[in-house]
Amino acid sequence: MRPIEILTQVLELVAALAAAPLFLGWINQCRAWLQNRRAPSVWLPYRGIRKLFHKDAVIAESASALFRVAPYIVFAAMVVAAAIIPSMGTRLPITLAADAIALVGLLATARVFLSLAAMDIGTAFGTLGARREMMVGFLAEPALLMVIFVASLISATTALPAITENLATQTLGLYPSLAFTAIAFTMVLLAENARIPIDNPSTHLELTMIHEAMLLEYSARHLALMEWAAALKLFNYACIGFALFIPWGISTGEGGPAALLASIPLLALKLVAAGAGLAFIETISAKLRVFRAPEFLAAAFLFAVLGLLVHLLLGA
Amino acid sequence: MIQGCNIGVEYYYNRTRIRLAASVTSPLDSPLTACLALVALWGLIGLIGLLRPMSIGFVGRTLFPLGALCGVALAVVAAVSLGAPPEQATLRIGLPDLPMHVRLDALTSLFLFLLGAASAGISVFAAGYFRRGHGTPPGLLCLQYHLFLASMGFVLLADDAYAFMVAWEVMALSSYFLVTTQHGLPEIRRAGFLYLLIAHIGAIAILLSFGVLQGGSWQFTFDAMRSAQLGPQWAAIAFLLALFGFGAKAGLVPLHVWLPEAHPAAPSPVSALMSGVMLKTAVYGVLRVTFDLLGQPQWWWGLVPVAFGLFSALYGVVFAAAQTDMKRLLAYSSIENIGIIFTGLGLAIVFHGLGMSSLGALALIALLYHSLNHAFMKSLLFLGTGAVLHSTGERNLGRLGGLIHRMPWVAWLTLIGALALAGLPPLNGFVSEWLLLQAFLFAHEVPRTFVNMLLPMGAAVVALAAALAAYVMVKFFGVIFLGQPRESSLARAHDAGVLERIGLAWLALACFALGLLPTHVISALRSVGAQLTGVALPSEEAPWWLLVPLPSRQVSYSPLIFFVALTAVVLVTMLAVRLFYHRRVRRGAPWDCGFVRLDARMQDTAEGFGQPIRHIFGPFFAMQRELPSPFDRAPRYRVIVGDRIWRGLYEPLGAIVQRVADAFAWLQQGRIATYLLYSFVTLIVLLALVL
Repeated sequence: MRPIEILTQVLELVAALAAAPLFLGWINQCRAWLQNRRAPSVWLPYRGIRKLFHKDAVIAESASALFRVAPYIVFAAMVVAAAIIPSMGTRLPITLAADAIALVGLLATARVFLSLAAMDIGTAFGTLGARREMMVGFLAEPALLMVIFVASLISATTALPAITENLATQTLGLYPSLAFTAIAFTMVLLAENARIPIDNPSTHLELTMIHEAMLLEYSARHLALMEWAAALKLFNYACIGFALFIPWGISTGEGGPAALLASIPLLALKLVAAGAGLAFIETISAKLRVFRAPEFLAAAFLFAVLGLLVHLLLGA
Repeated sequence: MIQGCNIGVEYYYNRTRIRLAASVTSPLDSPLTACLALVALWGLIGLIGLLRPMSIGFVGRTLFPLGALCGVALAVVAAVSLGAPPEQATLRIGLPDLPMHVRLDALTSLFLFLLGAASAGISVFAAGYFRRGHGTPPGLLCLQYHLFLASMGFVLLADDAYAFMVAWEVMALSSYFLVTTQHGLPEIRRAGFLYLLIAHIGAIAILLSFGVLQGGSWQFTFDAMRSAQLGPQWAAIAFLLALFGFGAKAGLVPLHVWLPEAHPAAPSPVSALMSGVMLKTAVYGVLRVTFDLLGQPQWWWGLVPVAFGLFSALYGVVFAAAQTDMKRLLAYSSIENIGIIFTGLGLAIVFHGLGMSSLGALALIALLYHSLNHAFMKSLLFLGTGAVLHSTGERNLGRLGGLIHRMPWVAWLTLIGALALAGLPPLNGFVSEWLLLQAFLFAHEVPRTFVNMLLPMGAAVVALAAALAAYVMVKFFGVIFLGQPRESSLARAHDAGVLERIGLAWLALACFALGLLPTHVISALRSVGAQLTGVALPSEEAPWWLLVPLPSRQVSYSPLIFFVALTAVVLVTMLAVRLFYHRRVRRGAPWDCGFVRLDARMQDTAEGFGQPIRHIFGPFFAMQRELPSPFDRAPRYRVIVGDRIWRGLYEPLGAIVQRVADAFAWLQQGRIATYLLYSFVTLIVLLALVL
C-alpha cells in the first residue's frame, strides 16, 4: 500500500460524504429551474440533515432493536460502497476486498435492511413501501449486475479498478454493447434512487411513494442518517456510471498526486453535468403508476441483456 | 458347490477379521473405520431408543445429544481425511458371497463433513424439540431419525451398487416414516405417499443407470464401473438416467412436486435434515456417477443440467415468493438452490469436457461450496420455523408477526440464515454465488458457437434468482418476526429452549465461518476437485484472508476485510452520534401519517407480499381467484396459486397410469380357480420356452 493509494482512498471517502448532499441539492436546483420554479438553495440538504441531528428522537413503542440499528447499517453500507467505487483514482486499497459483484451485494444489503426496518413497526405504509422497494430491487439488481457483467466481459475481470482502467485506455470510442447498457444503467439509477418515473422524491402522496413510505416512522438522527445514506446512494450510482461509461480523467496512480488533484475538478464537472441531465430526464417524464414500474424495470433488464448479446455477437 | 461357498465366506471372514484387528490397534490411522464406527453408532443410538420408547426425557435429553456428538466426531474425522488418499474396505455383511464395499475418498469426506456438521446442530435442536404428541412415540422417532442419519452416511461410503441401493432405500423409507410422523392427518399421509412414489421412480432410474454403468462385466462394484469401457451413447444414457434419478431426489423441476408437500408435513428437524442434507446426497450421487464412475464426461451433457438447473432456480424462487405457508416457502427456496447447484454442475461438465480445466474446477468448487452453504442456512431456517411453530402452533404466515419481541433468540439467529440465503455479503450464500458468477463470466470462451452466446445468458437468470431470493427472505423474515402480531394468541409465544438455541447458534456460526473464511473452505474443496477432475484449481500465493479464485484474472474478494470495514463504519458512526448528537429518545405511538387507529390487520400480508410476483410472473402460475363484488355483505378475497407442472404433467400421467391399471384389472377375477389357471398357463409357457 503506497501513500498515494491511502490518500486516494481517504480523499474519495471525504469527497463522497461531503459532496453527496450537495449533488442532491444541485439536482433539486436544476429541477426547479427547468420547471420554472424558484430554486431552493443548493445547501438545503445539509441544513435538513443538520436540523435532524439536533432533534429529539421519537421511536414507536412497537419498534425492535432492528429498527434502531438499520440506519447505521444502511449508512455504513453506502459509505463502504463509496470507498469501493473508483471516482477519483482506481488504486484504492479496499478494492482488493470487494469487486463489482460484491458492490452490488452491498447495495442489496442496504436495501434489505431498509425494507426490514420499514416492516418493523407494522404500519400500512411501511410494509407497503418495503414490498414496493423489494419489487423495484429484485428487477433493478439483476439489471445492474448485467450492466457490470458486460463491462466485466470487455475487461475479462470483475475488479472495478481493472475495468475502469481498461475502459479508460480503450481505443474504441464507445462499445456498442456499452451503449445499450448505458441506457439500462440510467433506468436502474432512476429506479433505485427513487426518482421519477418510478418514485417521486418530493411527494408524500401515499399511493405513489416507495422510498419515503419506508422512512415515515423515522425521526431525528436516525432519519438524518437515512437521508444522508440516500444522498450517498445517488452519488455512488453516479460514480458507478462515470467509472463504467465516462472513465476518463480518473487517476490510475501513475501521475502521482498531480493526477489525483486533476481528477477532482473533472469529477465535479461530471457531477454537474450528470445532475443537470438527471433533472432534465425527471422533468420531461411523468411518474408511472406502480403497476407499470415492473415493465420499466424489465425493459432495463432486457436492455442490459441485449448489451450482453451485442457484446457476444460483435465481440465489442 | 456348498463347500466352495463356505470357503469363500471363510476367506472373506478372515480377511475382514484381519482388517478389523489391524484397525482396532490404531483406529485413528484409518479414518474409514472411524467413519463406519460412527455411522454404526448412529444406528445403535436409534435402537437404544426402543428400550424406553415412551420416555421423552431419556430419548430427548440423552440420545439426541449423543447423536449430535456423533455428528461432530464424524465431521472432525471427515475434515481430517479430506486430503488423505482414498481408502477401501470390504464388509462381510448382507447376503453371503455378496459383500459390501466401502470407500472413503475426498468427495465422500466432504459430504460426510456436511452430514456430520449440519446434523449436529439439527440433533441438538431436535433434543429440545420433540414433545409428547399424538404421532409416532419418541423412541420409534429416535430410531427412524438415527437410521435416516446412518443410511445417509452409508450412501456416501458405499462403493458398490448393491450397498448404495440398500442404503438409498433405507434412507427413503426412514425419511418416509419421519415425514408421516403425524400420520393421523390425511394430507400428511398423502404427502408421504407422493414422496415415496417419486423417490422410487428415481431409485429405478438410478438402478438402471448402474445397470448401464457395469458395461457388460456384471460386476457391480464401483471399481469395476470405473474400469468399464462404455460407448459414447451408453455413457450418455447412463448419465441421463443418473441425472433423472438423482434429480428426482434433489427436487429438480419437473421432478420437484414432492418437495413442497413433504417438507411442510415433516417435523421441523426432519425438514431441516431432508432439505439441508438429504438433497445433497443426490448432488453427491450425480457427482460420483458423472466424474468418478463415468470418468470422462462429454461436454454437451452439461447443457442438460444447466438448462434444468436455471429453470429450477427461477421456478423455485418465483413460487417461494407466492407462498403463504412458511415451510412451503422454504421448500420452494430449496428447489431454487438445487437449481443453482445443478447449474454449477452443468457448467463444470461443459468446461471439463472441453478441456478448460481450471474453469471446470472453479465451477465445481462453486457448486460444492453452495451445497455446503445451503446445508447450513436452510437447516437454520427450517429449525427457526420449527421454533415458531412450537411456540405459536401456526405455520401460516398470515397468522404470525411481531415475534422478534417475544422470541429474540430465534429471530436474530434466523435473521442470519435469511441474510445468508438472500446471498448478501459477507455471509456464506454470497461466496458461492460469487464463484458461480465468476465461472459464468468465462462461459463465452467455450469454443462452440451458439453455446458460447447462450451460456453467459445463464448469468442473467442466476442474477434474477438471487435478487428474488432476497425478496423472498424479506417476506419470510418480515412477515414472521417483524410488524405487529396478527393474532392475539401470539402474545403468549415464548422463546426457544436452551438446547434449541444451541442448535440454531451452531448453524448460524457455520454460516458466518463459511462466509468469512472462504480461502480455508476452498483449499479444503480443492482436493475434491482434484480427485474428480484430475485438475486442482491453481493455488494462489495470496494471503489467507484474500480469495483469489483465478490468479490471472486480477479479481479478488475478502469477506473478512469487507465485514471489518462495514462494522468499523457502523461503530464509528454510532460513536460519533453518541458523542455529538446525544439527544434523548422518546417512545411513542407509531406516527403512520397521523392515523390513530392502527391495527395489525392494516399491515401487508403474505399474500400482499406475493402480489407483485404473481403479477409479473403470471404465466408461471395456475391461479384461481375469487374477488369480492362491491355488493357483498361479507367480502371475501381468495387466491389459490397452483403449480402448472402438476396439472400439465402429473395429472395426465396419473390418468394414463390409471387407465392402464384399469385395463389390467380384468385379470383380477377374485376366484381361486382363475389364479390357479394363471399359474398353470405360466408354467406351460415357461416349459415351452425352456424346452
